[in-house]
Amino acid sequence: MINIGVLALQGAVREHVKALEANDVNIVIVKKVDQLQELDGLVFPGGESTTMRRLINNYGFYEPLKEFAKRGKPIFGTCAGAILMANEIVGQADPHIAVMDMKVERNAFGRQRESFETTLNVKGIGDDVPGVFIRAPIIQAVGEAVDVLAEFEGEIVAAQQGPFLACSYHPELTDDNRMHQYFVDMVRHAVSANLA
Amino acid sequence: MVKQTGTDLVKRGMAEMQKGGVIMDVINAEQAKIAEEAGAVAVMALERVPSDIRAAGGVARMADPTIVEEVQNAVSIPVMAKCRIGHIVEARVLEAMGVDYIDESEVLTPADEVYHLYKRDYTVPFVCGARDIGEATRRIAEGASMIRTKGEPGTGNIVEAVRHMRMMQSQINEVVNMSVDEIMTYAKNTGSPFEVLLNIKENGKLPVVNFAAGGVATPSDAALMMQLGADGVFVGSGIFKSDNPEKFARAIVEATTHYEDYALIAKLSKDLGTAMKGIEISTLEQKDRMQERGW
Repeated sequence: MINIGVLALQGAVREHVKALEANDVNIVIVKKVDQLQELDGLVFPGGESTTMRRLINNYGFYEPLKEFAKRGKPIFGTCAGAILMANEIVGQADPHIAVMDMKVERNAFGRQRESFETTLNVKGIGDDVPGVFIRAPIIQAVGEAVDVLAEFEGEIVAAQQGPFLACSYHPELTDDNRMHQYFVDMVRHAVSANLA
Repeated sequence: MVKQTGTDLVKRGMAEMQKGGVIMDVINAEQAKIAEEAGAVAVMALERVPSDIRAAGGVARMADPTIVEEVQNAVSIPVMAKCRIGHIVEARVLEAMGVDYIDESEVLTPADEVYHLYKRDYTVPFVCGARDIGEATRRIAEGASMIRTKGEPGTGNIVEAVRHMRMMQSQINEVVNMSVDEIMTYAKNTGSPFEVLLNIKENGKLPVVNFAAGGVATPSDAALMMQLGADGVFVGSGIFKSDNPEKFARAIVEATTHYEDYALIAKLSKDLGTAMKGIEISTLEQKDRMQERGW
């Protein structure tokens, strides 16, 4: 069975675990760096990106996470998780883990009162994917190697670059597990490609 | 494509994102920045922290909008603010200002001694205090998207928050283990809305997150509340009434994340300077107990 971790420094960890459980995978709640060794894929949950980054630094996760990505191991980030993955953040001098060639803008739709639910057309998944946007970022621009998976009102809200998947909404808050299934397939693919 | 704001999922989801985090009381931009830098998941913008409200006496109201605005402009993490229990206009004013979460709080002097706000009417989500399952489920039925223990605010004494968290957890367990035909009588006896109790029985937990608040003064206090089942922690007077707020704030954030790593908590607790002085609960007169407010 493949091992998928959920980075559990802060945020909606339990919801990701629940969404992954439907997929016959072994789930690891990651609080310590040495747990990364056993993983085939990793989820960066929603939460507060500044808080997560601070804890990533405090617990020496920064280099090991970059290394994890460099080895081509799949990562899936939702909302704050997507911000951690971007190599450029509007209004901020430095990015976080910076594994995807994309520029994100934090809180792009406004404050909490502007948070909303909608239905999205996500490439490779379906035209009826629930999108829960909570103080959500948008992906302002992407590099050539990045595949845009979904847009809302003309803004990019989901993208993939090889083994890396990011979305600005929260599939983990809904009962629709298709985004997670898609990610699990990415992980299985990466594992079998590695064996071959 | 339809775009719906203010839905249960959006309001409760916002609180889910705060899990495992610390929400800190601040009274100006400088403190807000210290809190954000230390890793707070949100700040509560106030005119005075609870221990100063306690000391000042008189009527405690919603903060001056200038302070709320100052804090909103200083940080990118969510900003919460408190309104008085039942004060429809204070709540609407905070909503209009774009506050991310409103605390309908017993720390302020209640504006209505019979009714709480009907929180489903608002786009902004609300957090409310509770001491037991009756208070928690009534607030949830009114539309609260997040619950916190009341504890005894501004005392730096964790004993009441512990009492309330233990009470809620044991009552949740009672409901989970009940057969459905026992629930209506339990609803009657505890003043809990029946439908909310059924939801608790089905899911094994409250339908919204449950944070700890009211008396958290040290990293160990924060970790204690997490161990008792809190989803996260509010720290009011504890941080900016301590000798070294930066260090204190960071230590409380880390202790909340790693609440079972005792060696780490020992390290975090070293040379923190003096925590806030604190008040022994039995020396408080009945009229000074903020937890009695709310119905």
